[in-house]
Amino acid sequence: MSCWQTLQDYAFRSLGYGERLLPRGDYTLCDQFVLIGSGMIWNIYFGTLAVLTGFLFANLLAVGKLSKNRLARKPAEWFIFVFRGSPLFIQFFFAYFLFLSLKSVSPIFDPLSAAWLGALIVLFLNTSAYSAEIFHGALLSIPRGDMEAADAYGFSGWKKFRKITWPTMLRLAWPAYTNEAIFLFHATTLVYFSGFPAWRQQGDALYYARYFADKTFNPFIPYPILAFYFILLTLAIVGIFGAANRYLNRHLPQNTKRKIRLRPNLIR
Amino acid sequence: MSCYLTTGKHLSFYASFGTVLLLLAVTAPVSLGFGFAGAMAARARLTPLSWLGKGYIAIVRGVPDIAFFLFFVIALDQGIEYLLHQVRCPDWTDPIRQGADFVVCDSAKMPLNSSPQWIHEVYGFSLAVLTFAIVFGAFAGNVLQGAMNSVPRGQIETAEAYGMTHRQAFWRILVPQMWIYALPGLSNLWMVLIKATPLLFLLGVEDIVYWARELGASKQARFTDYPHGDWRMWYFLALLIFYLAFTRVSEIVLDRLTLKLSHGQATVGGEAQRKAA
Repeated sequence: MSCWQTLQDYAFRSLGYGERLLPRGDYTLCDQFVLIGSGMIWNIYFGTLAVLTGFLFANLLAVGKLSKNRLARKPAEWFIFVFRGSPLFIQFFFAYFLFLSLKSVSPIFDPLSAAWLGALIVLFLNTSAYSAEIFHGALLSIPRGDMEAADAYGFSGWKKFRKITWPTMLRLAWPAYTNEAIFLFHATTLVYFSGFPAWRQQGDALYYARYFADKTFNPFIPYPILAFYFILLTLAIVGIFGAANRYLNRHLPQNTKRKIRLRPNLIR
Repeated sequence: MSCYLTTGKHLSFYASFGTVLLLLAVTAPVSLGFGFAGAMAARARLTPLSWLGKGYIAIVRGVPDIAFFLFFVIALDQGIEYLLHQVRCPDWTDPIRQGADFVVCDSAKMPLNSSPQWIHEVYGFSLAVLTFAIVFGAFAGNVLQGAMNSVPRGQIETAEAYGMTHRQAFWRILVPQMWIYALPGLSNLWMVLIKATPLLFLLGVEDIVYWARELGASKQARFTDYPHGDWRMWYFLALLIFYLAFTRVSEIVLDRLTLKLSHGQATVGGEAQRKAA
């Protein structure tokens, strides 16, 4: 079977298109590359949506944590503590079984126990908590002079936040936030390891990599392929976030710009 | 109820919390050792050695998380068996990789088929510890490398001016001073390590995640091993609380340690203590 044929059969296997049976017997390098690449679609789906939605919620949480009002501060603090203080792996498990029990209450909750929604919610909450902590730190480290200058120009309330505080916070937080995003994409590989079933063997990249490693007893081919894809993905994220970083820092003199230093972290 | 929670299987569940704590207790110093070796190698003046150290740190840190855990367990297991095979059965002619099978002679099996159950468990556990140590060693190596670089340059220069050799300056001046710089990174790493322990489950050790799944489940709809429905949610809630409590306690302890270590150091923290006193 030619590689072109494999590509047609398995390129969208993770979404359920193409050949239903996974390859059997002699696994060619092409099989492994195509199928693991196909699984990357899920990693990108989970990562992108969780980063986008998590970003919005994280802003709210960070402002909440800084608030002087107890009613706003305490929930935000607890939320951040719970999601940063426990392993994502356990969160996935707990959420999955929680969703399963909800399922028996009402059919409305049915989609929650499927990975595409349930895992996405967990990832969204998790990344919100981590990003909120980063944003909170950045809010605390905004130079006092900037705030005083804003006051002097007559900014106040929402306008001050919108025009001065928030852009500065984002600029300061961006390098750390880039790492958080990379980290989140890496964490998407946990989804199919923790309860959430891969429906009709439509899994993510690690799911297929493990499938090959289990079938061939040879970890030396599928995992490096997975690593290759993830390095590409990481480079893409660094590229996109780097562009955003340049945009955020465009008003600063050339030599004081903050570079993003790649600092991926391990398990959360 | 209280009787049910003390059945034999539940006792294994409680014992597996001990497994997690043991893993942490063993892994932390071992990976610190790995990290120290990596950082030392990366600083070495011998180019190949420094490449080795830098390469180790860079590769492990760059590649996604659990892929490494899955990879190393099989790779280490096969590596050990392959070496034993070469030593113990030199006259074996068949290839080791036969298609999809990994075949070594019987006396090179790790652990031996004849050995008792506890050896199998200990072997599995030590593979897990080694895997954790390799991965976290790279992270610790990165932290320690940074810490070594942040010890003020003047300290080393002074040591050299007093006639210390490179080695003496390293062990007597650099190493004792670097810990305060390494501590924020290391405490972060400790938190990450705590949160990585559920992955033991992936490495085939019967840890808390395994038992929580096992005990919470109602095996079949009609006839179950356990006198309850699907309780996995509650078991995992218990695990969640266990981890939250554990990280909270660690946080408090590490804060105190930081306070203690910054005593008398030429850092902002140390300066603040001096002024307050």
